[in-house]
Amino acid sequence: MDFNDTPEEAAYRASVREWLAKNAPKSAVADDWEGGGDSMAASKAWQAKKAAAGYAQITWPKEWGGPGGTPIQQVIFNQEEARRPVPPNPFQIGLGMCVPTVMAFADEDTKKRFVGPALRGEEIWCQLFSEPSGGSDVAAARTRAERASDGSGDWIISGQKVWTTGAQFSDYGIVVTRTDPDAPKHKGLTMFWVDMHDPGIEVRPIHQMSGGSGFNEVFFTNVRVKDSQRVGAVNDGWRVSLVTLMNERLAVGGPSGAGWREFMEAARDVGGLDGAPAIKDQALREKIADWYVATEGLKHTRNRTLTALSRGETPGPENSIGKIVSAMQMQDLAATALEMLDQYGIVSDPQLAPLHAAFQASLLSAPAMRIAGGTDEILKNIIAERVLGLPQDIRVDKEVAFKDLPRGR
Amino acid sequence: MNFDFSDEQKFLKSEARKFLEANSPASRVRKVLDDEAKAYDADLWTAVAGQGWLGAAIPEANGGLGLGHLELCVIAEELGRAVAPIPFASTVYFLAEAVMLAGSEAQKAEILPKIAAGEIIGCMATSEGPGPLTPGAVQTSVSGGKLAGAKIPVADGDIADLAVVLAKEGGKAGLFLVRLDGPGVAREAVSTLDPARDAAKLTFKDAPAERLGPAGEGFSLVEQIFDRAAVLLAFEQLGGADKCLEAAKTYALERYAFGRPIGSYQAIKHKLADVYVKNELARSNSYYGAWALNTNAAELSLAAAAARIAASEAYWFAAKENIQTHGGIGYTWEMDCHLYYKRAQQLRLVAGAPRAWKERLVSQLERRNAA
Repeated sequence: MDFNDTPEEAAYRASVREWLAKNAPKSAVADDWEGGGDSMAASKAWQAKKAAAGYAQITWPKEWGGPGGTPIQQVIFNQEEARRPVPPNPFQIGLGMCVPTVMAFADEDTKKRFVGPALRGEEIWCQLFSEPSGGSDVAAARTRAERASDGSGDWIISGQKVWTTGAQFSDYGIVVTRTDPDAPKHKGLTMFWVDMHDPGIEVRPIHQMSGGSGFNEVFFTNVRVKDSQRVGAVNDGWRVSLVTLMNERLAVGGPSGAGWREFMEAARDVGGLDGAPAIKDQALREKIADWYVATEGLKHTRNRTLTALSRGETPGPENSIGKIVSAMQMQDLAATALEMLDQYGIVSDPQLAPLHAAFQASLLSAPAMRIAGGTDEILKNIIAERVLGLPQDIRVDKEVAFKDLPRGR
Repeated sequence: MNFDFSDEQKFLKSEARKFLEANSPASRVRKVLDDEAKAYDADLWTAVAGQGWLGAAIPEANGGLGLGHLELCVIAEELGRAVAPIPFASTVYFLAEAVMLAGSEAQKAEILPKIAAGEIIGCMATSEGPGPLTPGAVQTSVSGGKLAGAKIPVADGDIADLAVVLAKEGGKAGLFLVRLDGPGVAREAVSTLDPARDAAKLTFKDAPAERLGPAGEGFSLVEQIFDRAAVLLAFEQLGGADKCLEAAKTYALERYAFGRPIGSYQAIKHKLADVYVKNELARSNSYYGAWALNTNAAELSLAAAAARIAASEAYWFAAKENIQTHGGIGYTWEMDCHLYYKRAQQLRLVAGAPRAWKERLVSQLERRNAA
């Protein structure tokens, strides 16, 4: 048991470091996710550089234009890259999820057309799955795709998607549509890729409860697509979307938001109930210990996953606990910090609140953390069913034609 | 990155499981549970000694197998899973670790081979009454090599041959070795929450005491011994916690209510997912503790605290929710659920309660940040 690289990993890390020292930007650009403005040019330039050197998608096989590396090499690159002030990465959803899905089902011409530009950051992709009527229940999609009546074989898409990350600066997207409302819901879906610049597609930012706008609503009004834009067979879209979601699983997330260190820092400067610093408050100390233990637990759970990757094995299911634990902790820690600040906790002005209002910001983004990429409840279902082997929930909608399913709001 | 046990260690673990399934099934545990006069399973103790487990981490020069602490961790996990009714923790995690940490060469040569051979049982005597261990809580004292005072509760104190005792000498706390079959020692069994793990009140009156480690370093030594024991206890707790999750899952698949398995209800599914999450956090923290213990890393103290806190929480949560999943039948003496429920509390209290460990952990974080 140790934390060292194998000789091969150490050699790879050394070569990555050398390359980054020569090529990585020396200073950070201001993050501008919402508009995709100034930082976007820097992001694209950095992606092109990585692609040229074989560091864009390290695990992609040679026939996709990748170097055919191993997952642990990708991890090593990510670790080393994270130590540098590189621009934000708006390509991950496309490269990690959308493009692999297209490639798994598309013909050679389509692959050739899209792989290179995506890899070099010239074209950005988004994933159009969630809808107002179905978030956790992806297979409940209502966005319709119908054959055009002119015999061209084209499809006409109409409907609405929601919570689409990066739609405002995406060039292409993959969209799940309803093609057979008479079939049960999983059997009437079809996937397409679409050009996000189509005049029938309108992207509207969602005004989030945090005040920001990182996600979008996407409206489709009679968007005509060629049959060649179909990804997978007609009415086989559920199986295709599972390929996309499987790729999502490989994402290894780190901690986010204000953590125990920031809490301790603030607790040293704030008075406690008896006038002594809050850090001496026994109730708060117990909480700090709990957060530290959970944070360390997640860190070492990631280390167990990395160990499996390093050995060329498939990681166990333990990594599935990450978001449940970190999202809940983010909310609990933020709320406890506000309680520590007492009346002053309501102040969210970065000039006035401790640590530039990091706890107030955490409090406002925590609800999104508990929902995005699988709600706490869906993730617990996944653990119960796929890890522990408990039965699936009883499905009242499985054998019923989609059009006959009861609809709430 | 190689943050896992080796194939050899995993093999040892699976062999230990097979051995304990054959030699320590619940029916054997119940023999100790149901018999007031029986403090431990002497046959299992002899068999475990025969496997070499008692000396797994003891150097070959002192009669052990000289394997290391990672091997001891995988054995501990299996002992915890089997809720083994033997004084393994008292003898191996406390006495042997104390002697290896603080003993003179002569003490090591005398005591360690006997532990490895299963000839002596040890115990750790620190507590004197309700409440956490603090300097003011120690009244027991040594003067002129003679010990006076009382310790309660002492896990396995009713059956042990040799005790490690925390006592004051000239106003400062030190550690002492006391032979319990010698003069000036009275012992009285006390009834305990977990009848498969006994404890005693030890009363000393001019009992010969031999210093273990430097004078006046008693509390520092106890902390170091507890750090080492905490990692090993965490693996016992992990074994128990995983067993509880398996038992709850098995029952949830078999038991029907309202026309379907109770395991198909989200109330049960999410409960057991919560158990899984806590068990995995405990496992990851315990692995780090194992690494720190095995390499005697500077991080041992923090790693041990994190492992102890996470494993104590995981086992307790798994044990109580296992009974809850079983419903009424889980509350009966006949079902095994209560073995884990009781052992979970026994293990979370024996080297100091999590509350005290949380305080130690945060104090260390403060010192580290100040440095």
